[in-house]
Amino acid sequence: MTMVLTEAQNLLKDTARDFIQSKAPVAALRQLREYYKDLPEGSCNAAAIELGYSQELWEQMSELGWAGIVIPEAYGGLEFGYQGLGVVLEECGRTLAASPLFATVALGAGCIQEIGSDEQKQTLLPKVAEGRTTLALALEEHPRHTPTRIATCAEATDDGYTLKGFKTFVLDGHCADQLVVVARTSGGIEESEGISLFLVDANAPGVRRSRTAMLDSRNVARIVFDNVRLKSEALIGMEGQGYPALETVLDRARILLAAEMLGGVQECFERTIEYLKEREQFGTKIGSFQALQHRAAKMLTEVELSQAAVMAALSALDENSSNARLLASLVKARLNDTFELITNEAVQMHGGMGVTDELDIGLFLKRARVTMQILGDSSYHRDRYASLSGY
Amino acid sequence: MNELTEFRQQVRQWLEQNCPVSMRGAAALDEIYRGGSRETFSSDEAKLWFERMLDKGWTAPGWPKQYGGAGLSDPQVKVLKQEMKRLGCRAPLEAGQGLAMLGPALLEFGTEQQKLEHLPRIARGEVRWCQGYSEPGAGSDLANVQCRAKDMGDHFLINGTKIWTSNADVADWIFCLVRTDPDAGKQEGISFLLVDMAQPGVSVKPIELISGDSDFCQVFLDDVRAEKHNLIGEINQGWTVGKRLLQHERTLMSEIGDLSMGAASDLPECARLYIGLENGKLAESQLRMRVAQSEMNSQVLQLAQRKAFEEAKSGRVNPAATSFFKYYATEQQSVRYELMLALMGERALGWEHKRMDVSSFEDQELSVTRNWAFSKALTIAGGSSEIQLNVIAKRVLGLPDRTEGANKS
Ligand SMILES: Cc1cc2nc3c(=O)[nH]c(=O)nc-3n(C[C@H](O)[C@H](O)[C@H](O)COP(=O)(O)OP(=O)(O)OC[C@H]3O[C@@H](n4cnc5c(N)ncnc54)[C@H](O)[C@@H]3O)c2cc1C
Ligand SMILES: Cc1cc2nc3c(=O)[nH]c(=O)nc-3n(C[C@H](O)[C@H](O)[C@H](O)COP(=O)(O)OP(=O)(O)OC[C@H]3O[C@@H](n4cnc5c(N)ncnc54)[C@H](O)[C@@H]3O)c2cc1C
Repeated sequence: MTMVLTEAQNLLKDTARDFIQSKAPVAALRQLREYYKDLPEGSCNAAAIELGYSQELWEQMSELGWAGIVIPEAYGGLEFGYQGLGVVLEECGRTLAASPLFATVALGAGCIQEIGSDEQKQTLLPKVAEGRTTLALALEEHPRHTPTRIATCAEATDDGYTLKGFKTFVLDGHCADQLVVVARTSGGIEESEGISLFLVDANAPGVRRSRTAMLDSRNVARIVFDNVRLKSEALIGMEGQGYPALETVLDRARILLAAEMLGGVQECFERTIEYLKEREQFGTKIGSFQALQHRAAKMLTEVELSQAAVMAALSALDENSSNARLLASLVKARLNDTFELITNEAVQMHGGMGVTDELDIGLFLKRARVTMQILGDSSYHRDRYASLSGY
Repeated sequence: MNELTEFRQQVRQWLEQNCPVSMRGAAALDEIYRGGSRETFSSDEAKLWFERMLDKGWTAPGWPKQYGGAGLSDPQVKVLKQEMKRLGCRAPLEAGQGLAMLGPALLEFGTEQQKLEHLPRIARGEVRWCQGYSEPGAGSDLANVQCRAKDMGDHFLINGTKIWTSNADVADWIFCLVRTDPDAGKQEGISFLLVDMAQPGVSVKPIELISGDSDFCQVFLDDVRAEKHNLIGEINQGWTVGKRLLQHERTLMSEIGDLSMGAASDLPECARLYIGLENGKLAESQLRMRVAQSEMNSQVLQLAQRKAFEEAKSGRVNPAATSFFKYYATEQQSVRYELMLALMGERALGWEHKRMDVSSFEDQELSVTRNWAFSKALTIAGGSSEIQLNVIAKRVLGLPDRTEGANKS
């Protein structure tokens, strides 16, 4: 386990910070968000509004190689490791930067990388690495994360499958080029046995997507699969045996999402400490009140612990450690709790300003609540941690 | 093979060959060897184990050889600790006030002569030390110490009292914060003195704790003598030495989770035993979640300690580390004991009694109860949790002090 960044990783982090701070500051999200406010047509970049992110930004990110950081060199990637992708996502988290990076690389390409056939890898991964193809993972069917409770089914036909069902909370699903769909080919509703993964063209007949307006102004879709016809080559991995690989991919994604959340945590925390040093009431800085100082110190403790958890978990991925599963639940639960605490305290300590839309803090608060639900909330992961530990 | 890996193998082999089987696994409180003129070994094997380790310089492995150590580097010390933990080897000599607090402070601030005089005697377990910081009027506000040391030319004459002094009744020497200049500012007039307790004028009165132990005392110093060469650092500059020593104390206390305090070190095991599993899960779902949370907190603390260690190794010391580790580790330890009580129910409510039968409780159970009571002291001793939070807020986050006009509300 390595708990300090290498020089190369630090360099990547600095580059990522400079790039994101200048190209995708929080103001960029505000601009994208206007979509939800029904402003008159043409008030800002209409294409970006449709997409929910800036295509130009995504192209630039791809030019920097970010889409290929964890893709093997053999498939056109940089093979720079999860700690590398982690620092990039952390920097994206600091400005709430909207991009298809997480959904495409961590979720979609993650499945292909884990159990895709060589042909699937050859055709998809280089395009992902170049930023020419975006992917999404169509997994959830219920209000809360329940990765084994899959009703969407793929019925075998002469030359493939027919896909039927409904998916929700599909990150960046409204605009992805291809979808990795989790469907049942056998087994009962709660069973992990019988789950298969399919690669589905997002524009295939019978795929109906609708973008859902979300609290955090980011991009999520509901997708109906209405008797979508699939060739047998659409199957990723072995039929009915998709769950173990899916779980591995989800664990990696949980850890990477935690890295993004850490960025938001740190940004919110730093802004709040600055405010405590600036704002005066009762003739003194509010940061001099012990009632706030102790809470600030507890926040620092949580931030430090979260940093360590994220570092350890990312490093476990790079080392392919068997510990990664446990750490995935540890780190996701931790960052859920920390992000909740820090955003709540940030709002509170900003007083009346904290509840205004003008202040960015509210945007972090909203993003926190969405990320807390993605791939498992804290009770899900505490339960899983206990089960994995044998109690 | 890199040097550290090679070192690890040598250590592992040596420990396997030299650590007596009875010296592996958690030690009961009275089995720990603490050194000093009044201490005896709990068994022949404890003595053998101590002597073997002493021979290697491994009672104080990181200290230079001329001071009784083995001159190991920080990473080597860490490897030694890890390997001892792996085999379950007990510490041959408790990491107490001498080994873990005064020692490191002397290494930094002592003169060559002071180091040669005191360090080897600590490493060899010959002298047991206690810490004379707190006074009735100087607890959290430590710089308010009033215990007076007068310059008598060739020595100091000390008058005053120290309180909450752990193990003063069994210690040979005491290191004290004393006031040498009553006219100087609060922190400016303090000096750091080493005092031999075997002299007239020193009296020690044990104080009983809620845990039933009485391992701290009040110490009275009436016309007590300390030689000039036992002043550490400059006269009136003792606050600097004293504060640094506190950091060592806090580091020690934040490793509290590692020190096996009976069964609390294994919460899940305790839960399985007292609650039982149903379909592989603890039968009480609420308690199961509390156990998981507590385990996760402990694991994340260990990861953070590891990160701080690696950062320090690469030359970047995290200024927040000592205070937030002390705060978090002791708060967590206290939560763990509360949880132990909840898991064990009535079994953790027994209390040793001189005249009544307590045989219906296992010794382990009785010790959990006592340790629970003692865990309350952890968030107070060594600087209370509130003081740690103050330190983080002011020194680490740089939050301002109150200014004039602050109380107009
Ligand atoms: C929805 C809403 C409606 C409102 N409506 C009205 C209205 O109709 N009329 C009106 O006059 N006002 C209104 N207010 C203003 C409201 O009364 C103030 O926001 C509130 O008094 C806090 O003041 P502040 O925003 O300046 O925060 P600050 O006073 O700057 O406080 C910032 C933070 O510091 C903390 N803090 C401040 N002083 C201390 C201290 N001594 N000790 C410890 N902590 C301290 C606060 O608790 C807070 O967490 C409204 C506010 C909101 C949010
Ligand atoms: C088991 C044990 C062993 C000990 N061993 C030793 C020893 O060997 N040698 C030694 O010198 N001392 C020892 N101590 C003493 C210990 O260092 C003091 O108890 C500690 O510093 C607190 O001082 P106090 O007890 O006077 O409490 P007080 O300082 O009176 O504190 C009372 C309460 O007020 C709070 N408080 C005080 N100041 C502030 C502030 N500025 N802001 C917010 N809250 C505040 C405290 O956190 C605490 O909750 C030991 C204590 C214990 C419990």
